[in-house]
Amino acid sequence: MEKSEEHKIISFKTYTVILFLLIVLTSVSVLVTKIDLGNISIIVALSIAGIKTILVFLFFMHLLYDKKMYSIMIAGVLILMTLVLIILFLDYQ
Amino acid sequence: MKDNNINNHYDHEGSKIGMWLFIFTELLFFGGLFIVYAVYRYKHGTAFELAAKELDVSIGAINTVILLISSATIAMSISSIQLKKRKLTIILLATTLILALIFLVNKYFEWGIKIEHGLYPGSGILQQHGYGEILFFGLYFFMTGLHALHIIIGIILITIIMLKVKNEKIHADRFVQLENTGLYWHLVDIIWIFLFPLFYLIV
Repeated sequence: MEKSEEHKIISFKTYTVILFLLIVLTSVSVLVTKIDLGNISIIVALSIAGIKTILVFLFFMHLLYDKKMYSIMIAGVLILMTLVLIILFLDYQ
Repeated sequence: MKDNNINNHYDHEGSKIGMWLFIFTELLFFGGLFIVYAVYRYKHGTAFELAAKELDVSIGAINTVILLISSATIAMSISSIQLKKRKLTIILLATTLILALIFLVNKYFEWGIKIEHGLYPGSGILQQHGYGEILFFGLYFFMTGLHALHIIIGIILITIIMLKVKNEKIHADRFVQLENTGLYWHLVDIIWIFLFPLFYLIV
């Protein structure tokens, strides 16, 4: 068996900055949806959720520091989910 | 890192890939529910918006922040175990646990208020509302309930991991179980990141 390689240690500062960004984004999404923008507020709220997810994936779940393989696998799953959603909604047009 | 891992059947990378595969099944599982939500919302848009007004945005937002902080603390615990700071690791894991419990307590009161108002699946009061609102509350209780179940499982996992850190079964050279528990916890966080806008914000 191969020896395990060194794991990168991510600083507490990085995590704190990311946490701060995530909380700011949450506040923004609450404030934006308070203003009645109709359908745009759905798009804004879900885009902010998407950005937050990317931050969690990259920093908290270490994708930025891990092998590329993980990111590729996750991209595959997300593409699959998007395709299912698109194909399903073709039926509702 | 150390040679004594060689005969020990310890495969950090392999364990982590396994955890990620499990996370994919979870993503697709919740993804299916989000698709159900999307279809019903498309068909009963106005009813969903009316029903969503019943939910308290501030409780939802507070719970979002609680989960985000708990995600950060468990992520920090992984750095601290790598730095061989056992005590700090345990403190960070305990913080995560407390935050998870606060989340559940909030959820308990939130559900309690809804049930008091007769807004739960199968209640007589809800039957008098429209079809769309019945669907909304059905999905609300099922999806947040399933999420809460994941929180409870997370609490059990983190407790076990905390004990293992305490007994030095998990240490700087062997911490994949802590890392995988962290991954699971972040998954729970990500699901909430989507549940929050879909049920609380879109009104």
